[in-house]
Amino acid sequence: MPKVKPHRTSPSLDMTPMVDLAFLLVTFFMLTTKFAPEEAVVVDTPSSTSEIRLPESHVITISVDKDKRVFFGMDDAKPKLDLLTRVGAKYGVSFTAAQAKTFSNLSSFGVPVQQLPDFLSRDNEQRKAIKQPGIPADSLNNQFIDWVVEAQAASRKEFGKPAFVAIKGDGNADVPTVKKVIKLLQDKNINRFNLITDLESKPVAGK
Amino acid sequence: MAEIQQQADSGKGGKKRAKKMSTKIDMTPMVDLAFLLLTFFMLTTTFSKPTVMQLTMPVKPKANEEQTEIKASDAFTVLLGENNKIYYYDGLLSSDVKPELQASSYDANGIRKTLLQRRQANPKVVVLIKAADKSNYKNMVDILDEMNITDQKKYALVDISKADEDLIKTSGL
Repeated sequence: MPKVKPHRTSPSLDMTPMVDLAFLLVTFFMLTTKFAPEEAVVVDTPSSTSEIRLPESHVITISVDKDKRVFFGMDDAKPKLDLLTRVGAKYGVSFTAAQAKTFSNLSSFGVPVQQLPDFLSRDNEQRKAIKQPGIPADSLNNQFIDWVVEAQAASRKEFGKPAFVAIKGDGNADVPTVKKVIKLLQDKNINRFNLITDLESKPVAGK
Repeated sequence: MAEIQQQADSGKGGKKRAKKMSTKIDMTPMVDLAFLLLTFFMLTTTFSKPTVMQLTMPVKPKANEEQTEIKASDAFTVLLGENNKIYYYDGLLSSDVKPELQASSYDANGIRKTLLQRRQANPKVVVLIKAADKSNYKNMVDILDEMNITDQKKYALVDISKADEDLIKTSGL
């Protein structure tokens, strides 16, 4: 009886479908990824067990760093231009079109409005080098609340609803500054806050 | 690619033919790159959205509005001190009543246990959180987190009073 020879298959493998799939996924992820915008300040958020995710859009981020500085950020570009003119008009500061464009691309900033035109006309590298003093938020010179109120108004005009207010505090930020921010917002009837935190696993309660 | 190149020209025959190039291209580097990018983008997307903790503060009371007082028997006060210290006492602090201050900690056997006990003993308990000026934001988030973990129905962030600070000082804890 002749020996049955196993059928020799060629070791070649058609990889085309796999490559197709890989590139499809690459394209998908490339298009959907929104890179974390460059932050003006490094904030190391504390962790909590909350699993609610930050909304995708219409978010106002108030960052408080460990040196008691307050930063303001807004993610929608369109109402931001409106916001800049509104706040500028209030403080008698005018901006050029180029400065407004830079502003709409800025993720967050922490300079008083009087210094803002100068800050915006610098290029990226110079801007990074400047140590931003934070937005004034004391009772004498309260620009911070104006930014928030005008941002809410601009957002309401643009999208028909106010933006989410998210507070991003550094773990080492002091409580008085955070409380001051909360109190200022409460004065303007903003009572819902989202504290940005890192995720930590939930312990089992009641044991 | 996982492809073994077949010898195109056996070398037989005298006629020198132009060497036929194989139409197959080695796709391995391209595939490598594709997967590298794929991995990179997959990992960056998943971690980009931070989580948020919702905090609802009470609406600012109007000038002539009556505020409801909480009963001392329902109150449970948590004080956040400096250097990550945490204290608590039952009831309310007033000029004639000095509740006993206890020190606790942020770990699972510390304040969490106490909070759970208090809630089991009295479901109507109201937790008052008073953060001292020297405490840090992390402490505040941690204690709010404990509220979520222990599922407290009623809690509030309250300003710390002078009496509370004195109580911490005199207790020596």
